[in-house]
Amino acid sequence: MATDAGWGLRESYLYDRRVIAEIQRAAREGIYDIRGFGAKRKVPHFDDLLFLGASVSRYPLEGYRERCATDVVLGTRFAKRPLELAIPVTIAGMSFGALSGPAKEALGRGASEVGTSTTTGDGGMTPEEREHSTLLVYQLLPSRYGMNPDDLRRADAIEVVVGQGAKPGGGGMLLGHKISDRVAAMRNLPKGIDQRSASRHPDWTGPDDLEIKLQELREITDWQKPVFVKIGASRTYYDTQLAVKAGADVIVLDGMQGGTAATQDVFIEHAGIPTLAAIPLAVEALQELGMHRQVQLVVSGGIRTGADVAKALALGADAVSIGVAALIAMGDNAPEHDEDYRALGSAAGFYDDWQAGRDPTGISTQDADLAARFDPELGGRRLANYLRVLTLEAQTLARACGKSHVHNLEPEDLVALTIEASLMARVPLAGMQQGLLDELADRVAVRLAEQTS
Amino acid sequence: MSVAAAVETVDLAVTPLRELNQRLHDLASEPGPRHWRVVNPNGAHAIACGLDADVEVEIDGHAGYYCAGMNKRATVTVHGNVSTGVAENLMSGRVIVEGSASQSSGATGRGGLLVVHGDASARCGISMKGIDIVVRGNVGHLSAFMAQTGRLLVCGDAGEALGDSIYEARLYVAGIVNGLGADCVEKEVREEHLAEVRQLLAAAEITDVEPMSFRRYGSARRLYTFEIDNAGAY
Ligand SMILES: Cc1cc2nc3c(=O)[nH]c(=O)nc-3n(C[C@H](O)[C@H](O)[C@H](O)COP(=O)(O)O)c2cc1C
Repeated sequence: MATDAGWGLRESYLYDRRVIAEIQRAAREGIYDIRGFGAKRKVPHFDDLLFLGASVSRYPLEGYRERCATDVVLGTRFAKRPLELAIPVTIAGMSFGALSGPAKEALGRGASEVGTSTTTGDGGMTPEEREHSTLLVYQLLPSRYGMNPDDLRRADAIEVVVGQGAKPGGGGMLLGHKISDRVAAMRNLPKGIDQRSASRHPDWTGPDDLEIKLQELREITDWQKPVFVKIGASRTYYDTQLAVKAGADVIVLDGMQGGTAATQDVFIEHAGIPTLAAIPLAVEALQELGMHRQVQLVVSGGIRTGADVAKALALGADAVSIGVAALIAMGDNAPEHDEDYRALGSAAGFYDDWQAGRDPTGISTQDADLAARFDPELGGRRLANYLRVLTLEAQTLARACGKSHVHNLEPEDLVALTIEASLMARVPLAGMQQGLLDELADRVAVRLAEQTS
Repeated sequence: MSVAAAVETVDLAVTPLRELNQRLHDLASEPGPRHWRVVNPNGAHAIACGLDADVEVEIDGHAGYYCAGMNKRATVTVHGNVSTGVAENLMSGRVIVEGSASQSSGATGRGGLLVVHGDASARCGISMKGIDIVVRGNVGHLSAFMAQTGRLLVCGDAGEALGDSIYEARLYVAGIVNGLGADCVEKEVREEHLAEVRQLLAAAEITDVEPMSFRRYGSARRLYTFEIDNAGAY
């Protein structure tokens, strides 16, 4: 029967071929699957939202003629020198170690060309990265690899990483084969051994300590630089309020779809909440404190298009940041490398073994020969192109909604395609009339009152 | 008294902390007093953090969190106790605490010397990356957790799970060790280690502790690359 590829074979929904392959792999290797990229499962996302656009009751701005501004200022709360960005898209923190030196350089080149910032990562700041990034955000992570006060003072902003969307509550792991001499030296560890990054900061626990930690960082840098706090989306409402109370200038909120260089698959797919659900929680938390737009909100996790950018902003974000998409723009998973990918047991469009260090594009590797394949100027130009497209697309949608600044987009401009997305994003289901929604709300209110009395 | 020898006194009861730290930071690029005395610290956080100058700062009283954090070159002496994270991420210079210290003393320190004459609490030397730490009294649990490089010398006892998930840091304890953490083992004390103990005691100006009384602990290096048979230890 094995030759019958037709209807006689029935694949189990519960045990599909991927599940079977994973059980077999686990039994063979005895270690969980560690990989890069973000969640691959389907969760409610920006695709489930639509813009209404202008109509008789709203009028649009003229495309290409009437201005739709895109500038963003991050860190207006306490910092003497806030970060001024030309576009509402930034480059997320990705470590040197996970990425090659030339790849980091390209991120800086691309971001700088369009007037936005890039971010260091677990592993510290490299001189190339500083040199090629006009605006560089310096991460303070639990591992504190490479952390030093000179780089802190050289940075344009500081980002205290509490968590990542791909692994809220989890630490990091850079596998031994990516630990070159340079990476080892920057991290004060022997070459070639696995480098575990702690999941908790070594010198603070809880919101009260965090407040004091932020104060120390501000004191060290003479209150010049904005201090961001990055959280993985989970208990977002509370985390946001606590981070604001602790004194954050900017909240960086990374949804569960957020990319990673190396995390357990079980973590990537099964922890955290979707970006779509997280944004309204953060916005609500900020609004309740009277801090929406005073403390800026930067959102990441699955931003791929200008539509995603515009929808995130409409839901209340001040800016977004990108990881995976930036790498793809620079050449990751490109069809011209298909043969190389296949030699590694993958294929262009599927490659996610960024933990392995054998990346044929030279992006997620520390192998000098592989890294030399990557052209940072070309990579930077492609990234700049892509960032321009994201911005143009977001502007196009904003103009169509009659907005002269992308920040003027609002939830009222959106509808949802699914009930899930509607409930998560807190925008009406497409076609649902307000009267019907009010009626539903009234009925629910009566039932709730009955239950609690 | 010559100008160079004059002591600049700052009273934190009247001067804001911001002003003190700014004046200390300015010494990285401008000339100024080389010897400072901070009075009425009253447990303030982040006193004398981020210094980058060859100066001496004496703090008369107790300091709060992150005292002398990320220090470079300066010598900071606390005539009192300190709270969490004293000398965190120390780069160089010396930080001396005459009293006791709370958690995470010298956390992630990359160089320089931290001396605590009293006890240090939990997680002393956590993630240390090259710093030398000498504790006259005891240290709490999980000290030298994930310690990468550098040396921790404890004249008293060590709490539970000393050196858990340790990398290449070297630990010396004279008193009782209440349990070693994952991958941390006792190692032989050879002549070069004895020399190291003597050097650390001398640097900390501790003369009444017998160098021969220390035992050495370090990494068994079994967790350096993931192996499923060690899964229970992770
Ligand atoms: C290769 C790679 C390395 C990363 N390294 C870090 C890091 O060092 N620190 C950090 O906070 N986040 C890190 N992240 C997560 C990103 O900062 C960001 O949260 C995420 O990529 C955003 O989601 P997106 O990839 O869907 O755009 C990394 C992501 C990738 C893809």
